[in-house]
Amino acid sequence: MGEMLQVRGLTKKFGGFTAVNEVAFDLGEGEILGLIGPNGSGKSTTFNLIAGALTPTAGSITLEGRDITGLAPTQVCHKGVGRTYQIPRPFRKLTILENVALAAYFGANGSISRAEAWKRAEDALDLTQLPVDDRSRVDGLGAAGLKKLELARALATQPRLLLADESLGGLDEKEMDQAADMLSHIREQRGITIIWVEHIMGVLMRVVDRCIVLDHGEIIAAGLPQEVAHDPKVVEVYLGSDAETIQSQVGGQAAGQTETVGA
Amino acid sequence: MTVATVFKAVGLLAILAFPALGFSDYVLHIAISILLWGYIYTGWSVMGRFGLVSLGHGAFMGIGAYVVTMLWNHAGITPWIGIPVAVIVSMAVGFMIGFPCFRFRITGHYFALVTLALSEVVRLLIVALRDYTGGSLGVTPVSVISADNPSSFLAMQFSDKVSWFYIVVAVWVIGLLIWRAVDRSMIRYAMEAVSQEEDAAASVGVHVTRTKLIVTMISAAMTAVGGAIYGQYQLYINPETTSGIAISLQIVFAAIAGGMFVQLGPTVGAVITLLLTETLRQTVGHDVHGLDVMIYGAMLVLFIIYMPRGVVGRLIDAFERRSETPGTPGQARPQPGE
Repeated sequence: MGEMLQVRGLTKKFGGFTAVNEVAFDLGEGEILGLIGPNGSGKSTTFNLIAGALTPTAGSITLEGRDITGLAPTQVCHKGVGRTYQIPRPFRKLTILENVALAAYFGANGSISRAEAWKRAEDALDLTQLPVDDRSRVDGLGAAGLKKLELARALATQPRLLLADESLGGLDEKEMDQAADMLSHIREQRGITIIWVEHIMGVLMRVVDRCIVLDHGEIIAAGLPQEVAHDPKVVEVYLGSDAETIQSQVGGQAAGQTETVGA
Repeated sequence: MTVATVFKAVGLLAILAFPALGFSDYVLHIAISILLWGYIYTGWSVMGRFGLVSLGHGAFMGIGAYVVTMLWNHAGITPWIGIPVAVIVSMAVGFMIGFPCFRFRITGHYFALVTLALSEVVRLLIVALRDYTGGSLGVTPVSVISADNPSSFLAMQFSDKVSWFYIVVAVWVIGLLIWRAVDRSMIRYAMEAVSQEEDAAASVGVHVTRTKLIVTMISAAMTAVGGAIYGQYQLYINPETTSGIAISLQIVFAAIAGGMFVQLGPTVGAVITLLLTETLRQTVGHDVHGLDVMIYGAMLVLFIIYMPRGVVGRLIDAFERRSETPGTPGQARPQPGE
């Protein structure tokens, strides 16, 4: 398993407030990593630092051996990182197909023909089970459809690393399961490495290979889902009363054996 | 050949045959003005349609008119070289104003305000450089034509209106072709994306600043050519008629009134504004100074509220709504950006 992403000493301060503090992790090619934590834990900040939407105060981000620290979002995209938004941001005046096709075209930095861009768009729409026609409009999509469009648009840029931001928020249970399966399917089909930032832990634990739990900007636990779910610190700050439900979902009972980083 | 192609060919032929119908110079002058202003408004809408609302296009027009005339009057450089120089200067100014705005994400109303200042800066600059520009009294390109020698190609001076008519038709058609080229390019998709969700556009690899600059510079260059042609045609320019707030607002109003999302919209805007101005001039005369501008202002407000897609856009909407079978989702068209 090759090295996809290396994050070292990643720190982001907003004035006197440290949102992300010395976060470090590695990500292997083809892995699905769950980045979880309660509200305000710094997971979205970490996500945005990798995507280039924020510039780190300190630390480094290395993608496939190349330093991408501090690059702008456009450049990060061209290096092979796709991202979705927690609150979908479709281009509403364009059709669904156009939304995705322009992502394919500009994601390739204009190096492909229009025909190729539209082909890639159709492929991405297929993969995310959205209608492939040139008339369907964004307005016709519900919450789940908009999430899929986010995913399709990111996939059309042909990323090797996909950053999925809280893909499950606003979905019902069935839709959550489908979204989780879709991410897992994308990894299997395309070998795309995925970082999945999620507030809702249950379904995520079923799909991810590894988990990192953030609290107050620091990694408090990292490891296999079943290990993390039984980690006393995670139970304390995050799972709380839901602990038993989550633990029964992911199985295992390896309390105390978690590889704990930082703290 | 499609129906649209036939329509276009017939329309263009009709326009080309127009001078042969023996209209008076006044009618020809109105026709020339409509096409020239139509071209300038088209140039504005190249960026305006993507929510880059510039209230400063008077600046580019002023640059076009004054660079060409100053080069001719003070250095004897032909407008044929002067116009490309003016285009380069206007694009440079477009870059200088656009780059910081786009880099630091000054958009919407704030961008409009920055450009508004730009148009006044250019006007004041022209006035301040009165030793060269003639200040607010304006300036006349040194004339080389007379009764014996009615036209000079080198000086781009023609005394007959028919020559000007054909020059302006050519400029106008080129303007429409540029508009269409942008409309059909991937730049349009990039700009649609940028105008709606700038962050998301960047996240899928769109070079936001670069794309906005390209569109701005195309628009600036087109407008500068319009200003230059205006100066050569009128053989008189002054800071008020080629730059400043009044002319900038007139450009915005006409483009919005006609419809900036449709190729011919700005030209229809030129028809509306010119007919309005001419009617007022002939009925009210100059007794009520500034009446046309007041009416522009009032109409602009009404248009933005009730017909944001302009006259042509509204007509197309109505037509499409009628031709739609009930039950099919509406083919919604791009709405003006916020």
